[in-house]
Amino acid sequence: MTSELILFFILAIVAVASAVGMLLSRNAVYAALYLILNFATVAVFYLMLSAAFISLVQVTVYAGAIMVLFLFVIMLLGAEHTGRLSESGWMFWTPIVLGAVLAVEALYIILRQWKAIPATQAAGSDFGAPAAVGLELFQNYLLPFEVTSVLLLVAMIGAILLARSKKA
Amino acid sequence: MLPVGYYIALSAILFTLGALGVLIRRNSIVIFMSIELMLNAGNLAFVAFARAYQSLSGQIFVFFIMAVAAAEVAVGLALIVAIFQTKRSIDVDQLNTMQG
Repeated sequence: MTSELILFFILAIVAVASAVGMLLSRNAVYAALYLILNFATVAVFYLMLSAAFISLVQVTVYAGAIMVLFLFVIMLLGAEHTGRLSESGWMFWTPIVLGAVLAVEALYIILRQWKAIPATQAAGSDFGAPAAVGLELFQNYLLPFEVTSVLLLVAMIGAILLARSKKA
Repeated sequence: MLPVGYYIALSAILFTLGALGVLIRRNSIVIFMSIELMLNAGNLAFVAFARAYQSLSGQIFVFFIMAVAAAEVAVGLALIVAIFQTKRSIDVDQLNTMQG
């Protein structure tokens, strides 16, 4: 229990710090690398929540494929230098205040409802394992799975159409 | 096993940071990354509740959200590239006209 608590807080600090680093970094490549660090820590949280399959999908799809796509586009456009954050003071401070209000509201509601969140029992050893997730996916969620394939096909065609050069 | 509330609170904080990023950044690629951060915070809440309720449906939803996020990133980055080719900029302050 205590070692898990220590692990959670260290990783939570890393996750929040990398998110803040992404927000404030002047270089878009650094922002992407901070985001990769954030995704990796969230993958460890998934492991702690006994979601082994989702954790590895997070590493390969999010931290791998999606962020490589981001880095490709940043370097393709030569848009590393993002310049200023916002042009005027109020455009920077108003979102900060609104974000703080949102965070305080959310944490207040979570603390108020702390009793309503169910206590967690020990999970079975196969909870979240690839075999269990696959069975659930193909037994109860077969139609959404197939629709997802159509969605990915449409996205692929759309990306090719949008990104091809105008002269062709 | 930690109480799931810890993970939900962390998810709320990460979501807020993502929303903040959309508001304070002017670079459309970084805004896009902030949207990914918000999606990820939502995924964390899904997995935490899946663990609390001992139900795999939450994890299946995370799987679908990841597929949708991948599709969204592919199309969105293609849009950013197309906008850059016409406007020579991806600063959202300069993209205030719809026409070329």
